[in-house]
Amino acid sequence: MIITRDLTKRYGHTTAVREVGLEVREGDRYGLLGPNGSGKTTLIRMLLGLVFATRGEIEVLGLPVPRRVREVLPQVGALVEGPGMYPHLPGRTNLNLFDAAGPGGGRRDRRRRVDQALERVGLAGIDRRPVRAYSLGMRQRLGLAAALLRTPRLLILDEPTNGLDPRGIREIRDLLTELNREGTTVLLSSHLLTEIEAFCSRVGVMDSGRLVLQDDLAALRAPTGRVVLHTPDADRVIALLDGRVEARDGDRLTVRHQAPDDLNAELVGAGVRIVELAGERRSLEQVVLEATTTSSDRVEGATP
Amino acid sequence: MIGVELAKLFRRPRTYVIAALLCALPFIVAVFLATTRIPPPPGQGGAFLSAVLSNGALYPAAAMALVLPVLLPVSVAVLAGDAVAGEASAGTLRYLLIRPVGRTRLLVAKLVSLVVFVLFAIATVLVTSYLTGLLLFGAEPDSTGVTLPADVTSLSGVTITPAGLAWRLLATVAYITVSMLGVAAIALFLSTVTDSALGAAMGALAALVVSQVLVTLDAAAAVRPYLPTRYWLAWIDFFREPVLWRDIERGAALQLVYLVVLLGAAWANFMTKDVTN
Repeated sequence: MIITRDLTKRYGHTTAVREVGLEVREGDRYGLLGPNGSGKTTLIRMLLGLVFATRGEIEVLGLPVPRRVREVLPQVGALVEGPGMYPHLPGRTNLNLFDAAGPGGGRRDRRRRVDQALERVGLAGIDRRPVRAYSLGMRQRLGLAAALLRTPRLLILDEPTNGLDPRGIREIRDLLTELNREGTTVLLSSHLLTEIEAFCSRVGVMDSGRLVLQDDLAALRAPTGRVVLHTPDADRVIALLDGRVEARDGDRLTVRHQAPDDLNAELVGAGVRIVELAGERRSLEQVVLEATTTSSDRVEGATP
Repeated sequence: MIGVELAKLFRRPRTYVIAALLCALPFIVAVFLATTRIPPPPGQGGAFLSAVLSNGALYPAAAMALVLPVLLPVSVAVLAGDAVAGEASAGTLRYLLIRPVGRTRLLVAKLVSLVVFVLFAIATVLVTSYLTGLLLFGAEPDSTGVTLPADVTSLSGVTITPAGLAWRLLATVAYITVSMLGVAAIALFLSTVTDSALGAAMGALAALVVSQVLVTLDAAAAVRPYLPTRYWLAWIDFFREPVLWRDIERGAALQLVYLVVLLGAAWANFMTKDVTN
């Protein structure tokens, strides 16, 4: 769906994006993680033909960008750095205008398209108030509605849940999951780990303009070969497992063991009461912290 | 896209506020003239103002001469300066471009919408000032006149027929529109350079002020024929009998050169611009 090679963008002396090789596959729920200023937005702008790369190649939906961006964009819905609306006009009028601009905006079906998009983002009942009177969350939903007007094959969303309350975040996540199930590939950027972890199947981590990590979430969060268990019989477990217990924190034990199910059977067989037992996985936070630490060292070393 | 731009133009209260301000100036002047009946001395004050006292039907021409030097170019500069920069700072530019609307198409649509605005502004000024003229000065010729009520007297003192007046007015509207497009082109170019709508408008106005100062400066006589404001009032020559074409032709040609150069620069700049706002 999206492939970039050696993608680099320099503004004067600062390099916003350097040598990025992004790969988003069809059907992915791709999460682009990184602190503010790490180059996520510049990368997304280049994918959409808004910013021109200094070096490197971009391919979106199989076509080179920016050369054939006009064939690409009608199949792409996007939200870039917050929604942009005409503040003095009502939300529906804004959508009408955006729908009328660009290809595929026939007047005949406009009402249906706009109604559908508003319905999907939970704004079916908006009134005639101008957008200037909207809350940040409503604007965000309206921006998302604009992105959905053409039922895109690819959604590129920069911080889509900005300004939404927890319930709103959940609703948007459910909407994106539903769209993804219907076949829409989703690339979303966020600086919030939890959001990426809850939604994405694939993760890319940006740091100081570099894509320092890119992998499937499942692979990143592979089992660590340890089991964490919670038991009132901690002393018995330590005696039973003899040396395989790596750490103890009150009733919690960390045990070196490859198979949680076997361990569970063994302990229960020995009469140990178990409250909770699970194979340990690295949290995405750990993964990201490790990736970004090494990278910032590398950047430090590279700067003269 | 042109339809979208026009919808944006006419759905924006600002458009009507500016038009109202443009209409207000001639109205205020007319009220003072009508109450005091003191005409400006010959060669001073707005063109046609003395003639208006005897024939209100001539007031639209006087109104144009009033709004043209400052108020109309300021309005055009504000709108044209806002055209791209305003969309950029509102964050709507990026959403238009990813619809996608081609950058060339967007600029053309902006330009068309500016032309429509200029025509709309001129039309409202002409209509309101015509009504103002009839209301406050009446259409009757003065006591010594022998002209028909519907006729007006040209600057040369020759009577112009209604048909003659009609084509002169149309030609005037066209000439002023072209002149204002020169202003629009400066502001539009600056609007693609900066993301500040105010900055673009100010830049265009600064250029016009410099031009107007230099036009009156004898030391700058060498560059005078090339200054954008030099021939702005040449449309007055349409109201001479016979029409004096020399300045009109030069003015139109000069504006066209400015238009081509500045719009070309705006286009070239916009096509390669990183939209980061």
